[in-house]
Amino acid sequence: MKRRLLLLLPLVAFLVLAVFLYRGLSINPSERESALMAREFPAFSLSTLQDPQRKVDASLLEGQVTLVNVWGSWCPTCRQEMPQLLDLAERGVRLVGVDYKEQGADDVAQRARGTAFLQQFGNPFEVNIFDPDGSLGFDLGVYGAPETFLVDAEGVIRYHHTGYITAEDVDQIILPEVEKWQ
Amino acid sequence: MAVMRNAMRMAMFKKAVPGKAWLATMALLTMTVLLHSVSAIAETVEVRSFGNPVTEQRYRDLVGTLRCPKCENQAIGDSNSPIAADMRERIYLQLQDGRSDKEIIDYMVNRFGDYVLYNPRLEGRTLLLWGLPAALVMVGVVVLIVLVRSRRKARMGALTQEEQQRLAALIKREGDE
Amino acid sequence: MVIETIPEIGHFALIIALLMAVLQAVLPLAGAATRRPLWMAYARPMAAGQMAFVLVAYGCLTASFLLDDFSVITVADNSNSMLPWYYKFSAVWGNHEGSVLLWSLILGGWTFAVGCFSRALPPDMVARVLGIMGLVSTGFLAFVLFTSNPFARMLPNVPPDGADLNPLLQDVGLIIHPPMLYMGYVGFSVVFAFAIAALLGGRLDAAWTRWARPWTNIAWAFLTVGIALGSWWAYYELGWGGWWFWDPVENASLLPWLAGTALIHSLAVTEKRGTFKSWTVLLAIVTFSLSLMGTFLVRSGVLTSVHAFANDPSRGLFILVLLGITVGLSLLLFALRAPRVSQPGAFTWLSRDALLLVNNILLVVMTVTVLLGTVYPLLLDALNLGKISVGPPYFNALFVPLTVILCVFMGLGPSARWKHMKGSELARRLGLSGVAALLIGAVIPLLYHGEWSPKVSIGLVCALWLVLSLIRDLWQKTSRSSTSSNTRSLDTGRLNAIKRLTPAYWGMVLGHLGLAVTIVGVTMVSNYAVERNVRMGVGDSLELAGMTFTMTALDERRGPNYLSDAATIEVRRGDNTSRFVMTPEKRLYIARGMPMTQVALKPGLFHDLYIAMGEELDGDTWAMRFQIKPFVRWLWLGALMMAIGGLVAVADRRYRRRLAVKEPPLPSPSVESSAREVRA
Repeated sequence: MKRRLLLLLPLVAFLVLAVFLYRGLSINPSERESALMAREFPAFSLSTLQDPQRKVDASLLEGQVTLVNVWGSWCPTCRQEMPQLLDLAERGVRLVGVDYKEQGADDVAQRARGTAFLQQFGNPFEVNIFDPDGSLGFDLGVYGAPETFLVDAEGVIRYHHTGYITAEDVDQIILPEVEKWQ
Repeated sequence: MAVMRNAMRMAMFKKAVPGKAWLATMALLTMTVLLHSVSAIAETVEVRSFGNPVTEQRYRDLVGTLRCPKCENQAIGDSNSPIAADMRERIYLQLQDGRSDKEIIDYMVNRFGDYVLYNPRLEGRTLLLWGLPAALVMVGVVVLIVLVRSRRKARMGALTQEEQQRLAALIKREGDE
Repeated sequence: MVIETIPEIGHFALIIALLMAVLQAVLPLAGAATRRPLWMAYARPMAAGQMAFVLVAYGCLTASFLLDDFSVITVADNSNSMLPWYYKFSAVWGNHEGSVLLWSLILGGWTFAVGCFSRALPPDMVARVLGIMGLVSTGFLAFVLFTSNPFARMLPNVPPDGADLNPLLQDVGLIIHPPMLYMGYVGFSVVFAFAIAALLGGRLDAAWTRWARPWTNIAWAFLTVGIALGSWWAYYELGWGGWWFWDPVENASLLPWLAGTALIHSLAVTEKRGTFKSWTVLLAIVTFSLSLMGTFLVRSGVLTSVHAFANDPSRGLFILVLLGITVGLSLLLFALRAPRVSQPGAFTWLSRDALLLVNNILLVVMTVTVLLGTVYPLLLDALNLGKISVGPPYFNALFVPLTVILCVFMGLGPSARWKHMKGSELARRLGLSGVAALLIGAVIPLLYHGEWSPKVSIGLVCALWLVLSLIRDLWQKTSRSSTSSNTRSLDTGRLNAIKRLTPAYWGMVLGHLGLAVTIVGVTMVSNYAVERNVRMGVGDSLELAGMTFTMTALDERRGPNYLSDAATIEVRRGDNTSRFVMTPEKRLYIARGMPMTQVALKPGLFHDLYIAMGEELDGDTWAMRFQIKPFVRWLWLGALMMAIGGLVAVADRRYRRRLAVKEPPLPSPSVESSAREVRA
């Protein structure tokens, strides 16, 4: 009898594995949580897109729940995301942009591209942090654009969205999250 | 060279190999050795100077054991994606600053999570990952001991003197085969 | 008219094939259970018919590709009218639908072959084996028809031209890689079917193992070649000079290989000694299950892999159900029917039995390790424990020591006798080989590189130990016989003795030597590969590993559809014994604006030279990558030797002779008459 039970072992092992494989079918392996979740927004000191002289740092994000959106004029999906961001801004959500890895020959050309993008597709951002070499993006663990972080009034990251925000996401995920951390 | 040598070595067994499989393997062998110029996806070549070979080796190890967060499944040393290039650059700069491997790895994990570690840390959730192979080796050793012991006893108990002799003769014959 | 309906003919043929597969499965299995010879007799014709109709379907799909029928979705997505005919031919399996159809075709082929070469087997065994293979065929043909129909049309909007085959797949290595791999995967279905048939029929003697051994060897040999081709392709095509990445897709092929290797050895024990019967049955089930699981992992997209296959959750679910039914039922059957009492085949510590047991334990641990590492990220993710990665450092850390231990016992195996051998005798035989391996292995790194390296020494000692112990064994086996025939001179005696060694023995020798060769390759290329990235202009040179690389020219060239910057690099060995030119290029394909690196690769038995051009830095200097890959060819040569070894062993006369002599099924008239002739 004992031996018979031992012979059942392979079957049991397989069934356990099969359950996991089944679960695996409904998991998206490329979707993952940011490492910065529930941690403070990384420190930085960068100029704004509009004004090379104006330096901003992490204190910019304190006092109010803010959506930080990482974008770039080189990123086609960022364009598709703009209407949703404008909608969010209209509904009273505070948005801060990070112009990430803007391409161009020099500082002036890079800024011109970012500015042109906002003129064409609209500017939902209260401020745009200018991050041409991607240092803030790197500290945020950004590996593509667009990405969006929800930062609470204490400057702690509370939610992270990879890829572009769809119209459904606005109502179903983003707004509830904003309210939750208000 | 290699083709010739192997062709000679295999010619000894030619009769034994079914004809078509023989041809196929020869063709394969020839191909493996003769391939010359090849095209590949455009790659980036970064010219970096390291002060000493030890640092250079550390750099290679690090870019080989960190996973590119953007790609499907590639080490940052094997990836052309911009984020991998950024990560390589940071590693290089930090090595020049004299940071330790652990500091550099922690720096990356702080930003991109445990996901970028190809060498998962030993912690609660990875106990099974690291422990099971070792445990299986132990189990194997136990199984081996139990089995050999029981089989040895079976041999000792079951045979008469005469049988033992016949067995010895048989063993001798088998060993000669 | 006929040409226009080719896809429909193919589709129809596929449906008939499915129906025949159902008959091939149900009737013979029911017949064997109820002892109805007529029902059992359906097995062979149905298997042949099933294969014929799958072949027709496959032929139709190939025809659609060759005739550029872009109304067929599969063709439109994976071919192009400009594609050379041979790539159109191979594009058939360069996509999901076609490759699953190829899987089914190969399964049909194996089934047909089993039907042909099983004349000497008892009819109920044949009925069961073919019936079980029919069940597998049924599952896969249903998968093709219901989730991956290759003949689906895109009507009425037929595209004017196809989307073309992925350029990475337009390559010789990748043309033959998948069929080889599938031959291996699917080939293990034969031993699986034999094992299940033995369980069903209650015939758990050693007979089934003898019938299944040749099939297993052939499947294993194909899988070995398939894996080696994949590794070779990654080496030259992906452009980074790596040859094994422990990617889930690679692991999916390695898993059945490891289990299959264990199976080959345990089949030998069961056949020769009648022991470990349940274990061998289990290994046969596990090996084929891992082949199926490889298909699942690759096709379902549950794991991220650098090999991007088109994935579809419904297909994943279908294969998972298929996997669950096949493996679950087999293991359940195993638990219910595996022999309760093991036969007391006696052996002691240093017997070949015990050493093969060690081999099996280690290979199983390796298999579990690879499986664990491959699915662990998925397990944690499913339990909401976060995302982690398991990659080369993990696998190497566990695989290398396990291989070293395996090698130690592997050297002893061939020289040890079955049942029992005195330790002193084994030591006397192999002591010298062991000492020599240790000494030579310890010294070589000093001679080769001028510096001692424990890693290299361990690898080389393992390889040398395998080689030297085999040579010693060959010596032993030939000298014994020469003393017994003492009238002849020593040399002719030895020669005769060599001739008397069986193909099975030579197969073992080749297989083990192959592993030694691969180990040398792995050790050398992992430890002594050199890479240097430099800035280089005309006239600059680089000294690397005793060679001087000088850029003698840099010019712009114009190809048929590209512009290129080509560097001429003169390579000279330090002692001026040889001098040759290599020309890496950086191409810009005008139409697509796509830059491509044309790597200059100089292969050699002892090292490959690998030069790639990066970017233009300033003025006339370029970033260039120089790599020296010592002994890298040995990796694949070793794998080829292993595969050839597997095939050589099949040629052993023993299989045919014993089939005919020991298992006379039904005395058919022809056999009787020939027997009478012999007596007369």
